[in-house]
Amino acid sequence: MSMRVQKALATLLGIVVVGILAGIYVTSLTGGPTPYRVPVAAAAGGRSVNLTIQTVAAVGPKLAPNANWVSYLVREHGIWHRSTVWTLPANSLIHVTVYQFDGKSGLRNPFLAQARGLVGDAFTLNGKSLSTINPDDASHTFAIPQLGVLVPLAGVADDAENQCDVAPCPLSTAHNTITFTFRTGKKGHYRWQCFVPCAAGFYYGFGGPMQTIGYMDGFVNVV
Amino acid sequence: MRLQGHAGRIAALTVVGTAIVLPLVIFVLGPNMPPGHRTTGASSQVNDNTVLLVVMTPFTVFILAYLAYAIFAFRAAAGEELRDGPPIRGHMPSQIAWLVVTSAAVLFLAIFGTAELFASNGAGGGEGPKPIAKPSGPVLPVQVIGQQWEFTFRYPTYGGVETAELVLPVNRQIEFHVTSLDVIHSFWAYELGVKADANPGVDNVAYVKATKTGDFQIRCAELCGLWHGYMFDTGHVVDAAQFDTWIAGERKQFTPVEKYLPRYSVTYSPDPQVRAG
Repeated sequence: MSMRVQKALATLLGIVVVGILAGIYVTSLTGGPTPYRVPVAAAAGGRSVNLTIQTVAAVGPKLAPNANWVSYLVREHGIWHRSTVWTLPANSLIHVTVYQFDGKSGLRNPFLAQARGLVGDAFTLNGKSLSTINPDDASHTFAIPQLGVLVPLAGVADDAENQCDVAPCPLSTAHNTITFTFRTGKKGHYRWQCFVPCAAGFYYGFGGPMQTIGYMDGFVNVV
Repeated sequence: MRLQGHAGRIAALTVVGTAIVLPLVIFVLGPNMPPGHRTTGASSQVNDNTVLLVVMTPFTVFILAYLAYAIFAFRAAAGEELRDGPPIRGHMPSQIAWLVVTSAAVLFLAIFGTAELFASNGAGGGEGPKPIAKPSGPVLPVQVIGQQWEFTFRYPTYGGVETAELVLPVNRQIEFHVTSLDVIHSFWAYELGVKADANPGVDNVAYVKATKTGDFQIRCAELCGLWHGYMFDTGHVVDAAQFDTWIAGERKQFTPVEKYLPRYSVTYSPDPQVRAG
């Protein structure tokens, strides 16, 4: 084999290797874990699903390589997973329960403390029906802007006893329970995000977990 | 003598090509240029784009004609690949003509463009906090607030109500005040012909007057982070009665959160940007 052919093959091999590595890197950024297909149940008036999630101040080393990053977790078959890509049925009611373990950060834009796009135009915070919270009390939001859905999530008080140390957090530790229902509408691929600048240690609080799918952002695949 | 023959043929090709292309530019391509005719500013942009195309058409045709002619006329004959061509010499009249014609075109466009900017109240572009191309008569101020990753809107004339949806009344002069709460965004309302950067701490003013009702696209036109590509929405231009009904509904719906909103201001410096991180 001539030197020229060897060089050509080596160059080709290098391109393939770099391409594969780039593909793996991009997939790890955008793909994340396998989408969680939320079980569908038939209910009076149409299909509905129950989606149970929690927010934690630090996701911990068992669930993520960035142990101190803030994150959402989703409960699948009774086990908490760090997955933020969810498959939901179209034209269905989505009953969401959020166990909110993180503390208060405050919203940059107070307007986003107003819930919108919910069935009944309200959510419950520890059993109390509300449509807004004090923006300074917000720890996170759950928002799907293209569906017009936004819910502010009130944070746990700074002086609350028995705060969660390691995620996933058990319900025996200090938390707020938020429930709400929204309708998915037509099929589509929608992003969801948190609007609170909650990524401590990052510029404007919007780096790291706020810019990486799998922590404070994700997709809702409506099928 | 031979050079004059070439020049004459290229000139003839240019004139004929321009005569064919120019009507197509004026009557077919021009009227269909973006962003359309939904606002006075958008129509002005279409006209300006058409004028630009008309001016550049003879130049483009000349360059393409020259290229095509050179490929054909100056190609090497078989067996003469190694023979050198004739020496290149300067041709002062051609150089002077080229400089004069192109300078005249550029100067015309500079004067025309400046006049058009004033005539169309900034042509939908952001003019900064102190605009010099202003419309006469009353305006409806609407604030556009960029944040990662959504635009929200405030209407100071209506108690400073903030909304997640942009709705504008038709045939009213709108004065956009574009700003940001975090990083640099850009407010681009495509069919309205409006594009203005949203910079934190800056009030960027742009004017538009919608002349037709209907929906329009809103996009962020400045790379602003993870969900930049998803930072889009649909705005609506409606008649006056529909606008009044809509804004009254928004004020009622968002009464609970109004007490938390800061007083209307052209820019904001929210506390959480200090607290976070």
